[in-house]
Amino acid sequence: MTQFRRIAFALGVAAAGFSAFATAADVTGAGSSFVYPVLSKWSATFAEKTGNHVNYQSIGSGGGIAQIKAGTVDFGASDKPLDAQELGKFGLGQFPSVIGGIVPAYNIDGVESGKLVLDGDALAGIFLGKITNWNDAAIAKLNPGLKLPDAKITVVHRSDGSGTSFNFTNYLSKVSADWKAKVGEGTAVEWPTGIGGKGNEGVSAYVKQIKNSIGYVEYAYALKNNIGYALMTNAAGKTIKPGNAAFQAAAATADWAHAADFNLIMTNAPGAEAWPITATTWVIMYKQPKNAANSKVVFDFFKWSLEHGQAQALELDYVPLPEALVKQIEAYWQTQFKH
Amino acid sequence: MKEGTPHSGGVPGFFTGLSMPIATHVADPGNDRSRIDARNDALFRGILRVCALLVLAALLGAALSTLWGGREVLFGDGWHFLASSQWNPVENRYGAWAPIYGTLVTSLIAIVIAVPLSFGIALCLTEVAPLWLRTPVATAIELLAAIPSIIYGMWGLFVFVPFMAAHVDPMLDSTLGRLPFVGALFRGPPLGLGLLTAGIVLAIMIVPFISSVMREVFQTVPARLKESAYALGSTTWEVVWDIVLPYTRQAVIGGIFLGLGRALGETMAVTFVLGNAYDLSASLLMPGTSISSSIANEFNEAVGLHRSALIALGFLLFVVTFVVLLIARRMLRSLKRKEGNA
Repeated sequence: MTQFRRIAFALGVAAAGFSAFATAADVTGAGSSFVYPVLSKWSATFAEKTGNHVNYQSIGSGGGIAQIKAGTVDFGASDKPLDAQELGKFGLGQFPSVIGGIVPAYNIDGVESGKLVLDGDALAGIFLGKITNWNDAAIAKLNPGLKLPDAKITVVHRSDGSGTSFNFTNYLSKVSADWKAKVGEGTAVEWPTGIGGKGNEGVSAYVKQIKNSIGYVEYAYALKNNIGYALMTNAAGKTIKPGNAAFQAAAATADWAHAADFNLIMTNAPGAEAWPITATTWVIMYKQPKNAANSKVVFDFFKWSLEHGQAQALELDYVPLPEALVKQIEAYWQTQFKH
Repeated sequence: MKEGTPHSGGVPGFFTGLSMPIATHVADPGNDRSRIDARNDALFRGILRVCALLVLAALLGAALSTLWGGREVLFGDGWHFLASSQWNPVENRYGAWAPIYGTLVTSLIAIVIAVPLSFGIALCLTEVAPLWLRTPVATAIELLAAIPSIIYGMWGLFVFVPFMAAHVDPMLDSTLGRLPFVGALFRGPPLGLGLLTAGIVLAIMIVPFISSVMREVFQTVPARLKESAYALGSTTWEVVWDIVLPYTRQAVIGGIFLGLGRALGETMAVTFVLGNAYDLSASLLMPGTSISSSIANEFNEAVGLHRSALIALGFLLFVVTFVVLLIARRMLRSLKRKEGNA
């Protein structure tokens, strides 16, 4: 009998729990897997503070855009911004949420992490399959004093469609006319050479296993997996070490003021200290939401996370947006969205 | 015994639809029992029919919906989609030849390795191994079949790929790779990944399926047939080759089909070790891609024509599997005919 009572009590508690869910607002978002870890962390803290739950499903940027267009979620998240025409057609607005950096990751015997320096041309040459050996003159001239082996380069790219690939190929298209003409940019492209790994973890695993290989991964993955990452020469001609300050510098010096609806890719940012392959994820919402109450919760959530979520973002190796950009986003909310 | 007779007579007739006359012939018209039996039989027949039709409907539904989903590419691009090996999501030009090639080559490697191996395992377990060893080994093989493919994939990536890169690839490159014609198959950098690695991992995955089917059917061979052959002075090999195999050939080939089907459609394990590159390369040491791994890789972020191309790939997997099974069946029939003439 006591066991029965215990079960009945448990059921009662569960029912009470469900009814608590029902009274608080329950908003949903879907899209980019890049922001999933930080969004779920923010969402948990936000729920503790306000009782409102933000459910985020990491289904990929393409899926997120499709879901918000269909109106099945309260917000979408995409690694690739929508253009003004598409936003206008559906009555959508978008803003950046959090920053991450993408680094060239390599595995060369005798070359420690952070010792190899590359620039846009060399990186494009390697991924085009034009620079095939590590001791090629184009790499050697960037690395005087570094002894590079006479070994064939194995290129590792993403095999799945991803925002990481999009930002990486966008950068290569900006710095190399050859890349732009032959390959172009996209979440998936026709890679001229190399092998494909699934996800950041797949690329990390291949780079770690294959000698003399080079790939590209999110900075956090390179750190966690102890893979060597390269320094890059940026648009200002300065050699930069990847890190939070460099990613933030890219976000701060990108020309947001002249980008309507924040439709700007941060790669190859002009700042002297800017890391050249810096990325963000855009949150996409309706300007005139059907469900105003839910939309308000989403705004509260992102306002709270942009202003108070930095520490948690940093813990997960994301970089919070610079303060000036947060101000611009809040102004954009005021003018563009109906609360 | 009375109700046993119409029942056992009804079973073979049941499939040809002739059970009714037999049932009425035996049954007493005034007997309620036989009427109930007849009704239950009809019900049972109906249920069985629905079960069989359900499989057909599911297959047809899947084939038609992939055909519909892929219509933009299949009917828009037509032959280009089948003949080209270019896969360019940026310019929206898609060709399926590289994934088809990768699917066929990896499955072929898997079958070439797995069939003799499974044959050996099944024979050992039914003819050679001591009795106390048979059940534990058979159980172990069936357990292998229950391992999820992602585990094989991870094992492949973290254990087998480094082994191939360090030992097998360089060895093949420096020995077989030097040969004039065949050499092209075994030349390449020691990546560890590629068609050969994927084929071997697939072989390991399908061995449990094929060998457990083979073992089951080898056990059905009547002992007196084998004993007669032994009595005439046959060796174990002769008994196996001339008695056991001909007796069970149909079921053995069914088991191989089962394994082949799994190899053609396997996704996760292949994705991990194949290298995921849309390349057509003669060398088995080079990376490639397969139909199912292309879909698994790209579907998440694909929109518009890209998505249509991936669904069309799914339809092609149906077609490829169908054609492969058709060819295999043809071969089986010609084999039978040859035997009839001899």
